[in-house]
Amino acid sequence: MVQPNPTPAQVAARTASRPTDRPVSGEEVTGAESIVRSLESVGVEDVFGIPGGAILPLYDPLMDSKQIRHILVRHEQGGGHAAEGYAHATGKVGVTMATSGPGATNLVTPLADAHMDSVPLVAITGQVAESLIGTDGFQEADIVGITMPITKHSYLVTDPAEIPRTIAEAFHIASTGRPGPVLVDIAKSAMQASTTFSWPQELSLPGYHPVTKPHAKQIREAAKLLATARRPVLYVGGGVVRAGASAALRRLVDTSGAAVVTTLTARGAVPDSHPQQLGMPGMHGTVPAVAALQKADLVVALGARFDDRVTGRLSSFAPQAAVVHADIDPAEIGKNRPVDVPIVGDLREVIADLVPALEAEHAKVGKPDLAAWWHQLDTWRETYPLGFSPTDDGHLAPQHVISRLGELAGPDAIYAAGVGQHQMWAAQFIRYERPRTWLNSAGLGTMGFAVPAAMGAKVGEPDREVWAIDGDGCFQMTNQELATCAINDIPIKVALINNSSLGMVRQWQTLFYDERYSNTDLHTGHGTRRIPDFVKLADAYGCEGIRVERADEIDAAIKRAQEIDDRPVVIDFQVSRDAMVWPMVAAGVPNDDIQYARGISPAWDRED
Amino acid sequence: MSRHTLSVLVENKPGVLTRVSALFARRAFNIHSLAVGPTEHEEISRITVVVDVEEHPLEHVTKQLNKLVNVIKIVELDPGSSVQRELLLVKVRADAATRSGVLEVVDLFRAHVVDVVPDTVVIEATGTDAKLSALLAALEPYGVREIVKSGTLAVGRGSRSITDRALERVRTA
Repeated sequence: MVQPNPTPAQVAARTASRPTDRPVSGEEVTGAESIVRSLESVGVEDVFGIPGGAILPLYDPLMDSKQIRHILVRHEQGGGHAAEGYAHATGKVGVTMATSGPGATNLVTPLADAHMDSVPLVAITGQVAESLIGTDGFQEADIVGITMPITKHSYLVTDPAEIPRTIAEAFHIASTGRPGPVLVDIAKSAMQASTTFSWPQELSLPGYHPVTKPHAKQIREAAKLLATARRPVLYVGGGVVRAGASAALRRLVDTSGAAVVTTLTARGAVPDSHPQQLGMPGMHGTVPAVAALQKADLVVALGARFDDRVTGRLSSFAPQAAVVHADIDPAEIGKNRPVDVPIVGDLREVIADLVPALEAEHAKVGKPDLAAWWHQLDTWRETYPLGFSPTDDGHLAPQHVISRLGELAGPDAIYAAGVGQHQMWAAQFIRYERPRTWLNSAGLGTMGFAVPAAMGAKVGEPDREVWAIDGDGCFQMTNQELATCAINDIPIKVALINNSSLGMVRQWQTLFYDERYSNTDLHTGHGTRRIPDFVKLADAYGCEGIRVERADEIDAAIKRAQEIDDRPVVIDFQVSRDAMVWPMVAAGVPNDDIQYARGISPAWDRED
Repeated sequence: MSRHTLSVLVENKPGVLTRVSALFARRAFNIHSLAVGPTEHEEISRITVVVDVEEHPLEHVTKQLNKLVNVIKIVELDPGSSVQRELLLVKVRADAATRSGVLEVVDLFRAHVVDVVPDTVVIEATGTDAKLSALLAALEPYGVREIVKSGTLAVGRGSRSITDRALERVRTA
């Protein structure tokens, strides 16, 4: 069914907490003023960016906006990830700005990251004047061409009259359907020309009609399977968070009695305290979560995409399971795994329809007896709980540091991670109770995500405690944004899990490359020259720097960081470099071969 | 591998062809031919793309194409219920000694000669891929100098128009 496109006013109401109250029409302005008016009209309040030649005209009227706070970042990549963190934490569209050429190309990584993790993002880039486009002009880059495969959609604007409609469309596309990044590249000549600004504008998107209402027949089929399965698993992905479907999902979890696994992007979508929650599946998932999927007779995938990090070797993933796959993106359904019941729709609507359908099935055929399944699952939970062994080199156990942080900061804090060992430990050892509290780069695996994402989250949720859990490798990629945080009163806290190396790569070298540590030593930890010295670096950036080397200092350091609210804090936790992430399914092997710890695999046959 | 003909109706805007062809490249689908042109409605362009692909990947690429914001509608045209044609221009060696033989082939295939110089002719022919391949095979012995083909164009048989509903969307959007 073709649904009419919403009006920009509806888009504004959805994306903004403070929609515009003054419809303007036919006013003579410059293109640059038209951009500012348009951004105000869609409800933008915070923008992360850096000016430069081609976007200079925009920055002049931006200075006068009473609605938009522009935060000057130190690198465009930081601006892009900050906008992502803002979007992750608030659900609103994140906005970033950059100039043409290198400014725009520095946005490539955040755009790709947002595309992989379905983050609503609008990037406004300046482009050289229309007369220079195609001439290899100074700071010219074909950013629309470069980012075509990593954006949901993109625009090149050379006619100033098209600015309001383009910006309205960009926000609509970024925030509806499967969310994603939209690039709006605007020629400097269009910013300088005079035009008329009028709002609201008609959207013209004949090819864009996301299906949100699920098919009733498919819902009934799914309910039938769920009512009769003996070993059901709800495989919950990040789509549940994007759809704001956590509350609805809670009812489905309770009604179905099924086991629940939450993927890396879905941590917090179902509270970790819920008795049916088995934790994270996949390469570094819990044994119960991985085993539940392997032994399931029904997998209900909700906003998940059967990523290779979850499935292991695809042909042996969940071999006995029928599959229900619900997603707002039809292209995800059946992409990797054949599906028995496909459901296209907004997960909030899908789950809202599925719960009564399941109750109707229960009324007809009775509630399934899942006692044997839960006996099995509980046995795995008792036998293979998440854990870690103490270090034998006298240095901190990173898992212990992260556990203590989770306990002290609690479920109301927001945690942003980089990529690597610390990310996996943060996914495993912090107990998440709410959606939008766990921010990380899952699909693209972007090192350096944590600090700028935490900054964006803190801007969007200023009253929450926001922690960046970062590695010493990641931190060195984007720590320049500490300057942005210090100057703009964005008091984030950074827990640096410093093992003096590129830890995850080192772990693979330990396991698969004969302990030959090629280019993974970073010299930032104990017993090294400490280049850089992170405490001094924090000090140089106007932040509080704390070094923690002994286990009995951990709690005090975290508490001290919690007390400081007038500047960012960096805690340099000096952890053992030999700690490894377990459990682990090695790349490309069946999930049945999961190792609980090095060399220890569950013996499935004895338990079957 | 089997051959499929897709009619892709797109908004007539700059860069749309790039988006469509780039998507085929990125998802590792092989394009056999691609033809694009205006339709009876100025807001809509029509891309006819012929791909060699199995059933499952075809469904995948169709879904991916549908995700492009500028793509309005995709229809797979079955050879049995559609007319599919290609235009061929071919330059063939034809001097006084061989010209009559070449012209005989041209007649047999109901093609036309559109340019003549003392040592070559340019032949225009339309037809299915199979017919044009047969024509080229028949011309081969005379010496083919240059070949240019349009890519397949296709339209469904019968009175239904696939652009009508698509146009409705454009006008009401």
